[in-house]
Amino acid sequence: MLRFIVRRLLQLVPILLGLSLLLFTWLRLLPGGPAQAALGERATPEDIERYNQVFGLDQPIWVQYLKFLGRAVQLDFGNSSRTGRPVTTEFLERFPGTIELTVFAMVFAIGLGIPLGYLAARKHGSWIDSTSVIGSLLGVAIPVFFLAYLLRVVFAVDLGWLPGSGRQSVRIDATHVTNFYVLDGLLTREWDAALDALLHLVLPGIALGTIPLAIIVRITRAAVLDVVNEDYVRTANAKGLATATVRRRHIIRNALLPVSTTIGLQTGLLLSGAVLTETVFAFGGVGSALKDAIDLRDYSILQGFILILAVVYVLVNLLVDVSYGLLDPRVRVK
Amino acid sequence: MSAVGGAAGPVLQVEDLRVRFQRRGEVATHAVDGVSFAVAPGETVGLVGESGCGKSVTSLATMGLLPKRGVHVSGSVKLDGEELLGAGDRTLRKLRGKDMAMVFQDPLSSLNPTVTIGTQVVEVLAEHRGMKGDAARREAEDLLDRVGIPDPRRRLGEYPHQLSGGMRQRALIAMSLACSPRLLIADEPTTALDVTIQAQILELLRDLVQGSGTALVMITHDLGVVAGLCDRVHVMYAGRIIETAERRDLFARPRHPYTGGLLASVPRLDGGRGAPLTPIRGSARDTIPWTQGCAFAPRCDVALDDCLVEVSGSEVELADDGAGRQLRCRHPLTPAVPTAGAHP
Repeated sequence: MLRFIVRRLLQLVPILLGLSLLLFTWLRLLPGGPAQAALGERATPEDIERYNQVFGLDQPIWVQYLKFLGRAVQLDFGNSSRTGRPVTTEFLERFPGTIELTVFAMVFAIGLGIPLGYLAARKHGSWIDSTSVIGSLLGVAIPVFFLAYLLRVVFAVDLGWLPGSGRQSVRIDATHVTNFYVLDGLLTREWDAALDALLHLVLPGIALGTIPLAIIVRITRAAVLDVVNEDYVRTANAKGLATATVRRRHIIRNALLPVSTTIGLQTGLLLSGAVLTETVFAFGGVGSALKDAIDLRDYSILQGFILILAVVYVLVNLLVDVSYGLLDPRVRVK
Repeated sequence: MSAVGGAAGPVLQVEDLRVRFQRRGEVATHAVDGVSFAVAPGETVGLVGESGCGKSVTSLATMGLLPKRGVHVSGSVKLDGEELLGAGDRTLRKLRGKDMAMVFQDPLSSLNPTVTIGTQVVEVLAEHRGMKGDAARREAEDLLDRVGIPDPRRRLGEYPHQLSGGMRQRALIAMSLACSPRLLIADEPTTALDVTIQAQILELLRDLVQGSGTALVMITHDLGVVAGLCDRVHVMYAGRIIETAERRDLFARPRHPYTGGLLASVPRLDGGRGAPLTPIRGSARDTIPWTQGCAFAPRCDVALDDCLVEVSGSEVELADDGAGRQLRCRHPLTPAVPTAGAHP
């Protein structure tokens, strides 16, 4: 098991090297450099030259890359060209927001998806079944920015039931310890701040959780339909076990194997930044930061954030594989 | 009716059992078409036939394990005099695993891959005998030991994939015997196993049944199993019983051409090398509905025109043929015909 984990972690090295090289050249192929973006269209060539000199952008690209690599291994990704603050600081400030949003979205998707999928399978062929199949198709098909926009307009702007932008209301004077706003509120016993932060998660969380929800419903439904026809479920019934025991130990337990993989992969995807959703809700997470950085050609932010997110994604996937071994004894590595 | 059984009466009495599969908009299939038999305490009865003849459906219907939707079951199934058909799910769950148990064909797929053997044995004890914790664990260990699993304590903590095929089937048998059922149905329990293991499992079943007075229904297509284990044999074809006889009688002088064909198609050691096998021609699909005549007629070598209802005007009935034998055939093989493959 340990060897498996180490081997997977070592695989990170070539992945990160390749990704960083790709990112580095790709970003510099974008039309309009950071100087242009920062100084505006009317900047003189001299201004631009001075700007490039200050940020080291006048050096050959391979020199820039090697310098970048050298600092990156020390977790220094440079400073944001917009705020002038270190990329790592920016990331640590924004990532908790994305984590909170991901957790909310996944709790929503799992909490609704597994029961719905199970119900659809048990009532196979009924209206509940067809409704959830059609619903999950719609869920996957609806563009997330459209859904996010719709939710915001209806529930935040028109009805005014829920906050529609930001992570916390401005009027709330909250103390931030960890940058997880909900958690901060709980830690400092500022209950109103925690509730306010939680309410801010609802609309973007639902928008973000819809695709995972739809996928989880479908996978759960298919898995349960598979498992109820397994011989061991017949054995369990032949043993005269109570319906609840058969359901819990023999059907759901096995049906959740494929579902758990899906949950892990979806969590990894959401964690790596929900650019569209965060932008619609002006949610101060990693996603909206990436969007701003692209607008401003903020190379340092883009390179740093994307590389860190890649590491997060690989780690989450590793976690999925390891936990799969815990769930299914057949793949447990000795 | 084959009224076998002692003073206590049969453990299992199946009468005129019919199972019809029908999906919306499709023609109904009569998987089981008026089957009757009885099993006395301590008796072993074989249900024999090719795949698709309705023997497994008969056993699943008896246990109440057929799906509800699109399945119509009628007739009567009595366990110790208690009617099971139409009994509620709760009643059946109380009986299954306790008074009647079943062993299935493929031991690997019949065990839950993500749950330890121990839990799968203990859950029966917990459900029907209210046993918990250490007591249940010890009893499970004892059960595994009784079915001949070495080092039972270690096996309790293992998963099905860590056991060999024979060991898995032993574990399943241990589960089915956990509450000393009055009736045990074994559906092709040795088909998925090596020949050497097959013999061991059959011997185990025989010992367990003889020791406890459990009635055993053995479902098989394997005449070797029948020869080694069964007291009485019912041969099924296309959902109906076509011949019933004591085991020795059946092997010594099969009367239905289908039974004769089954016996003749068993390869013989003393037949000499290169001696051709004698299969029954055609396949179980070459059949006609019983309402049009003998379902076996299209494959039968001795069939005559009056095997068809069109000619004779009546269906072929299962009739007493003397000496505890029943037969559904208008032109049975003569008793004098020497039979190949006889193996009492």
